[in-house]
Amino acid sequence: MTERNIGDVILKVDNISLSFGVMKVLDDISFDVRQGEIRSIIGPNGAGKSSMLNVINGFYHPQQGSITFKGNTRKQMAPHVAASQGIARTFQNIALFKGMSTLDNIMTGRNLKMKTNLFWQALHIGPARTEEIENREAAERIIDFLDIQAIRKKPVGKLPYGLQKRVELGRALAAEPDLLLLDEPMAGMNSEEKEDMCRFIIDVNDEFGTTITLIEHDMGVVMDLSDRVLVLDYGKQLADDVPDKVRTNQTVIDAYLGVPHE
Amino acid sequence: MMFFIEVTLSGLMAGVMYSLVALGFVLIFKASGIFNFAQGVMALFAALTLVGLMEKFNFPVWLAIIGTIVVMIALAWLIERVMLRHLVNQEPIILFMATIGLAYVLEGAGDILWGSDVKLLDIGIPQGAWGWLWDQGIYVEKLELFAAGTAAILVIFLAVFFQKTRVGRALRAVADDHQAALSVGISLNTIWVVVWSVSGIVALVAGIMWGSKSGVQFSLSLIALKALPVLILGGFTSVPGAIVGGMIIGVGEKLAEVYFGPMVGGAIENWFAYMLALAFLLFRPQGLFGDKIIERV
Amino acid sequence: MIYRETGQFKSSYESDQALFPIKQDRYVILGVLIVTFGVVPGLLNEYWLNAILLPFLIYALAALGLNILTGYCGQVSLGTGGFMAVGAFSVYKLMIAFPELGFIPLVLLSGVITAAVGALFGLPSLRIKGFYLAVATLAAQFFLIWLFNKVGWFFNYNASGMINSPPMTVFGVIITGPEGDMTGKYYLVATFVALFALVAKNLARGRIGRNWMAIRDMDIAAELIGVRPLIAKLSAFAVSSFYIGMAGALYFAVWLGSAEPTEAFDINQSFLVLFMIIIGGLGSVLGSFLGAGFMVLMPILLKNIMVDGFGTDAALAAHIEIITVGVLIIGFLIVEPHGLARLWRIAKEKMRLWPFPH
Repeated sequence: MTERNIGDVILKVDNISLSFGVMKVLDDISFDVRQGEIRSIIGPNGAGKSSMLNVINGFYHPQQGSITFKGNTRKQMAPHVAASQGIARTFQNIALFKGMSTLDNIMTGRNLKMKTNLFWQALHIGPARTEEIENREAAERIIDFLDIQAIRKKPVGKLPYGLQKRVELGRALAAEPDLLLLDEPMAGMNSEEKEDMCRFIIDVNDEFGTTITLIEHDMGVVMDLSDRVLVLDYGKQLADDVPDKVRTNQTVIDAYLGVPHE
Repeated sequence: MMFFIEVTLSGLMAGVMYSLVALGFVLIFKASGIFNFAQGVMALFAALTLVGLMEKFNFPVWLAIIGTIVVMIALAWLIERVMLRHLVNQEPIILFMATIGLAYVLEGAGDILWGSDVKLLDIGIPQGAWGWLWDQGIYVEKLELFAAGTAAILVIFLAVFFQKTRVGRALRAVADDHQAALSVGISLNTIWVVVWSVSGIVALVAGIMWGSKSGVQFSLSLIALKALPVLILGGFTSVPGAIVGGMIIGVGEKLAEVYFGPMVGGAIENWFAYMLALAFLLFRPQGLFGDKIIERV
Repeated sequence: MIYRETGQFKSSYESDQALFPIKQDRYVILGVLIVTFGVVPGLLNEYWLNAILLPFLIYALAALGLNILTGYCGQVSLGTGGFMAVGAFSVYKLMIAFPELGFIPLVLLSGVITAAVGALFGLPSLRIKGFYLAVATLAAQFFLIWLFNKVGWFFNYNASGMINSPPMTVFGVIITGPEGDMTGKYYLVATFVALFALVAKNLARGRIGRNWMAIRDMDIAAELIGVRPLIAKLSAFAVSSFYIGMAGALYFAVWLGSAEPTEAFDINQSFLVLFMIIIGGLGSVLGSFLGAGFMVLMPILLKNIMVDGFGTDAALAAHIEIITVGVLIIGFLIVEPHGLARLWRIAKEKMRLWPFPH
């Protein structure tokens, strides 16, 4: 791997605890993500990984703890505020806008970059028109980057799974985020598609300098891509270290392989 | 004080009537996810058929009731055959619109078959004030008491049907998960016929009660609109919700009509129930008996 | 082979984003406009205007409005009749209080008032979804009709509870009420509908329209990428009600001339407009027109066939009519649940490939 360009802490998670009723989903989790880093969260099913992402972008409201993003500390916030601060994400089960075309999905990803009011939009002249064209150019750059020109005008609901995942990444990139959260970007893909997706993730990180936090089950991918890995199990933090250390960490091995009975 | 009790009691009784209609909605929604707008017209159609069989064919009451039940079952079968079967897997709104179409068809068919004049329905349900309470100075209709009793029996019957019988179990399985139910060999078509039949019979009971009270006429189909706020209060899928929700709406509506109505010019019963249900939802969006929903992404 | 896009290359995003990027579509629209504004006015007579053209155009406007809310933003509303009543009673009060403002601004203003009322009744959409919301919008329907029926101020304490449209002129021609000029009425309503169809198309293809559709398709994901549900949903309710309010104003002032709330704006109006957008096509401007045309023409056709063709008794014909409408609706939903607009799209696809089957 080339020389990594890692900066200061961009996201700091402090003592987050989250529960639904009696079920404790996250228990006192603390970690940080540095600028330019690729950070992974791993753990068995039900470990609380997706919940952690949901907390970071404001969808779940933790009972305890705080999140500091780009110097702003907050306990709770609405998802659209997180989005406007520069956090974008993709979803474990694809959450595209199925009735819309690829282009419209990506353009919707840019909605925060667009400001003209209802009046100009209704007439579609002046600033509304200029803005639409400017953002179209930005959307086309992403379409080129992800190599999805051919499906630009196709409704996404009818696309094959792998392409949908790619469009979803495009929609997240359209917001030009500082922090990109990827929830199992390679789930259900064959090895060829996985390779493509890996390449996109590395390129995004490399070319745009986007900080990435991802959840993934494929350990090969995680160990290759990540700068640091956080391990969760039943809502508890098991380990947080560079891939090589995590690989040899006894608690992690126990959690994944089971502890032999004495 | 006596007056307050009287109003509350009559509200409870009216509420039972709403519950009966809401129950029909809930059964169909639970089993098929269809918001059956025709439930009110089904009650009208059932009552019209009953009166028609008694008047035109001089059937005795018991035979007329059996005859109507047979008609409602045949109707359910027909609806499944002609309509539902071809609309599997459509968007809920499409199915909803189809039931509005169904409501038109039943409304027109009922009028053509049995005439559109107002009819009296008398199947021997006791009328007038209930003596014992009347002695205490409270006026309660015997008919309403009878309706409450019938509703209770009906609910018990349904509970047993759902919990103890094979068809009932299949129904619950379908309500839980269509695909999974199909995969263990439950026939969706049969289930739909059964559930629409049961709803048709519930509609008949509702139709008899309302018809005995205020005659069988077109306005009977509008009770469906009264049952809708009960549904948002109690939840579209909860049988106890339909019962308790109906009571709450009934009592709230009567109290409001008596104490609040005169201040604003009366006739508020058309919308008050909706506002009550909405206000309630602001505090409990999951309804009376629903669990808090955890959304996942 | 006549209809195809091959050979029409776009060299800028601007031309690719044009309203009708394909040349043949532009010709069709131009043709429709020429017929609407050039040919039809010459052929007008009282029957065509009052029985077909005015209801078609006015309902098309209402359907456009409901389609914005239901088709684009995914929020089902059963309050259309009530919102049309708000538009009608607003324009009535305004015509009497501020006749000097002129009829067109008053119609727009009625739309604005209805938009505010619509946004207010859209508030529950922030907490409830689907059929729960649909039933909640019935609250608007029943409450508003009750209000206009009971509170005398709205109908100026007229003993009959009716509102009658005073005559008002546009460019010196009487437009409203029974003395209104036929051609003038037609031009006014057709212009309103054409302009606001264009506005709807513009909104749908811009940021606001995309945000509405995002909320419709996957509200949680939309929120997580920065679409604010509060603003998207309430703006859909407001814009939709603006259209429906204007439709209600024209319905009362231009078409009917007088109205009584419980009859003219009852819940069947809400269903009628909902049928229009479902039969026409959800989320389609063209569909709003096709659906309105279908629902306006079908009963007239049925009645003509039965009463004039077979000499059926009028009362029986009314019953048969309602059954047939019901059957046709069900049949239509079974055959083409995505509406007439989709049939049109399929026809276009076929034309592109013609004479080759695939």
